[in-house]
Amino acid sequence: MTDQPILEVQTLSKRFKLHTRDGIEIPVLEDIEFRLGAGECLVLDGPSGAGKSTLLRCLYGNYLVSGGRILLRRPSDGLVLDLCSISPHLLTDLRRTTLGYVSQFLRVIPRVSAREIVAEPLTAVGVPMAQALERADALLDRLNLSSRIRHLPPATFSGGEQQRVNIARGLIVPKPVLLLDEPTASLDARNRAVVIALIQEARLAGCAIVGIFHDREVRDAVATRSFDIQPMEREAA
Amino acid sequence: MSPDALMSVRQLSAAYGRQLACREISFELYPGEVICLVGESGSGKSTLLNTLAHRHRPASGEVIYRHARLGPVSLGALDEARLRELWRTDWGFVRQNPRDGLRMRISAGGNIGERLMALGERHYGRLRETAVEWLRLVEIDPQRIDDRPDTFSGGMQQRLQIARNLVTRPRLVFMDEPTSGLDVSVQARFLDLLRRLVAEMGLSVVLVTHDLGVARLLGHRILVMKEGQIVEQGLTDQVLDDPQHPYTQLLVTSVLAA
Repeated sequence: MTDQPILEVQTLSKRFKLHTRDGIEIPVLEDIEFRLGAGECLVLDGPSGAGKSTLLRCLYGNYLVSGGRILLRRPSDGLVLDLCSISPHLLTDLRRTTLGYVSQFLRVIPRVSAREIVAEPLTAVGVPMAQALERADALLDRLNLSSRIRHLPPATFSGGEQQRVNIARGLIVPKPVLLLDEPTASLDARNRAVVIALIQEARLAGCAIVGIFHDREVRDAVATRSFDIQPMEREAA
Repeated sequence: MSPDALMSVRQLSAAYGRQLACREISFELYPGEVICLVGESGSGKSTLLNTLAHRHRPASGEVIYRHARLGPVSLGALDEARLRELWRTDWGFVRQNPRDGLRMRISAGGNIGERLMALGERHYGRLRETAVEWLRLVEIDPQRIDDRPDTFSGGMQQRLQIARNLVTRPRLVFMDEPTSGLDVSVQARFLDLLRRLVAEMGLSVVLVTHDLGVARLLGHRILVMKEGQIVEQGLTDQVLDDPQHPYTQLLVTSVLAA
């Protein structure tokens, strides 16, 4: 075991330039730096609008950074890759195998059933469909998603049900790095406890986690460290 | 060419007469990857598609293709016979208008069997068996095997085009606005089918669409075209959620939800 970080963020900045609004620039993140090792859970703290979700999206490659580097040490070969400059093809591959992300809201794929949505990331890494569906069912059992509705597309599900589908989809393939954007926001106490347990299990298995948790109870249960982000306007004032 | 790429496009330009229709296009396509070309009409998307397949010869630049037997070859260096062989077997081409992609005067079964016959299959029973299997796969009642496609609905015709193209298990399929002539409800069913077959068969696809919703659903990557050039490219979710170029921002903010 080495103490080399699996994820290292260097001088990351993010500005949005809105060409449809006369090209105004909105600075959101500046000079963000941290290192994260296996088995750590870094919680992003800071008020709403500070750019916590934006940072997670940058780490996942959903947003392009304006400056800085995001270094990921690929566990399969120890190679350090800068996520900001690798090819989209390689990034897709890393997302499949190494870099997990649970967004705040499920992006529903029309007409695809909940269990297929959950099973899909497994089939993408080569697990046969029947086996993937079995594992999806097991995880959805744990998350108390009624087997009566699993065969339906989640578009009509409640917020909490959709979120559990989203979590199951994000966790079904064990990945070395996990990005969590308020995974428990619309869950009741029972399911919140399940999600806390799932996060803990992933972390103890060596997963490095960066997360946003507004819920105190969840935050305190899973955090090993925290990182504070303050809105840029406030600093400028 | 990257060691695992299927196709590498380098500085490709195409012209109609003296009019340059696409300029200096470069990208790589990998096995199992779906790339969507988006942009408004007249931006050169269809021209690029035809030029990639060398149905239209490029004005400059080249396309390197990892040929199943020959390894990486520059398509411009292949003779007509070799190109034709690719068109008939290793590639598919799905047209916007099914009339351009199907033979309307021969039966549905004949449409599916044609490419197999070009590969030398002559056994009537086997051809028919394969046709029935493919009609099922694309959700057309096998009872319609002897009917001509001009008796089919638009959605069925597009699904038949898919069967006709995929029957030889191609590695690469070009698609030119395959959903734009379909009603929304029919479109949904067609997209479901396409999504499933692409994943199951591990197809590489270059798909032209002006519909960002289609790109979100099917595409791994997006290339945004404007006036014959790629103005932006990246992972589908990145381009749609954090568009950089003014034109892409305009496209993304112009739709209700994609």
